[in-house]
Amino acid sequence: MGKYWHVLNLGLQNTMVYRLNFLFRATLGLIPLMAIISVWRAIYADKPGGQVASYELAQMISYYLVITIVDALTAVTEDDWQIAADIKDGNISQFLLKPLDYLAYRFCLFSAGRLVYAAFAVVPTAAFIWLLRDHFVLPPDAASAAGFVVSLALTAMLQFLFSFTLALLAFWVLEVATFIFIAFAFEYVAGGHLFPLDLLPPAVAGALDYTPFPYMLFFPVSVWLGRVSGEAIWLGVLVQFLWVAAAYAVARGVWRRGIRKYSAVGG
Amino acid sequence: MSDRAQMTKGVSAGCQENDPHSAYRVSRYLSLYAALWRNSVIRELGFKVNFLMWIVVEGLWFALQLTFISVLYLHTEHIGSWTKWQVVALVGASHLIQQLFTAIFLTNLAALSEHIRTGKLDFMLLLPVNTRFLVSFRQVDLGGFVNAAGALCVIGYALHRLNHVPGLTQVAGFLLFVLVGVLIHSSLMLMLAATSFWTVRAQGIVWGYYNLFNIARLPDEAFRGLFKAVFTFVLPMLLVSNVPVKMLVDKLSSPLEMLLLLALAALICAASELLWRIALRRYTSASS
Repeated sequence: MGKYWHVLNLGLQNTMVYRLNFLFRATLGLIPLMAIISVWRAIYADKPGGQVASYELAQMISYYLVITIVDALTAVTEDDWQIAADIKDGNISQFLLKPLDYLAYRFCLFSAGRLVYAAFAVVPTAAFIWLLRDHFVLPPDAASAAGFVVSLALTAMLQFLFSFTLALLAFWVLEVATFIFIAFAFEYVAGGHLFPLDLLPPAVAGALDYTPFPYMLFFPVSVWLGRVSGEAIWLGVLVQFLWVAAAYAVARGVWRRGIRKYSAVGG
Repeated sequence: MSDRAQMTKGVSAGCQENDPHSAYRVSRYLSLYAALWRNSVIRELGFKVNFLMWIVVEGLWFALQLTFISVLYLHTEHIGSWTKWQVVALVGASHLIQQLFTAIFLTNLAALSEHIRTGKLDFMLLLPVNTRFLVSFRQVDLGGFVNAAGALCVIGYALHRLNHVPGLTQVAGFLLFVLVGVLIHSSLMLMLAATSFWTVRAQGIVWGYYNLFNIARLPDEAFRGLFKAVFTFVLPMLLVSNVPVKMLVDKLSSPLEMLLLLALAALICAASELLWRIALRRYTSASS
């Protein structure tokens, strides 16, 4: 176990190099966020009831703010490209020889990257949330807060395993970027990045519930906003956990098959 | 090393100034561009599947934006005075401009910081061609044109749903403003990329610029205050796609917006040329 602490530590130190880059990126990321909030404000301005699909303006704005928080802590940014490059360039050969598990190694680096990114993104994001504090909803009770934290951790695992498995396509195809972008596009809509999923027609939203996508973003955000409450929180967390377990099994299976195919080009 | 840079600058400045036959020059640059096109086509033919896959990726992200608009309009009739199909036309126009920009400029301008970092720019400065021309037009991304055609189809369908047949001047004006939009994007991007003459690590810039495209496809009436002022008068993102679509669907309230867009375009072009010249003067090549 100790060796993975070293990996985490290494990852922390490596990503610290990019701290200014992270600050810059998080700040620029606020521009589209501001834009989308403005659009929603314009829509609410013409709503006499002050509600869109049972969201009040504050809840809608908070939805996008919480997404930004969850994203900072769980979204995969560079890891998939690096994994694919490791495979293509034959760098994974060394992991096959060492008593180090590649998936665990990658997860440590991913965690380190997220921690450093969040540590720097928190500055502009917190300032922005403070500006919008009148429209920022906090979790309604302790159970929601606890549920959010647990579900956030599971979201991070799901995000990581999803990207890890996709990147393993590099065992079979030369150029994985397009596959990653296509999968990302689906996750972007079906995960709730663009809009809350309960804005969709009920049939579509219901169908999405049988896929892992809502558990990659929408679920923890709903818990934070108190739109999922009571037993439903823990039921959702259980479903999310099952998706993580399934994703883990798939990742392991694909890795085993990939290794059999692997020819260590240039390694 | 600095005298070599001096020398290369002399060469590029020379070719800009002492060629009196401008008609000859235009035809020479056109044939040069044709050669660059041929080159790009041959390059793309080497990776056919990848070429098609990228078209799918871009098309998918376009569909995603349209989905977003449809979902918004499930819950509202209008944003400001913009109706659903007007916004669809707006998203289409924004995509059209973005894809034309991608096809002609994006790869080239994004590569500039790498050319500076590795000193490859030396070779470009040595060629008897205007360096900005070479830096801007070296590669063509053909997939962008395919996606631009897709955007045109969406705009056409939106007009059909609006029951609106634009007049000839409207269409001509629309196309003119689309070109102006591409010009604005490329000039802004060149300015951003040119910052790599000062700081070597400018890679994040391309990514940062993409955030701005996200604003361009939204209706201007949704914005107010400082945000609107900045993205109208400084970085005219709220004009580049809004004005051509307003022109097309009879939404322009006064000609002022058109004039503003044209004036800002001229200003941004001049600024980019100025910055480009200042930046080139600073260039001392890599490894010096």
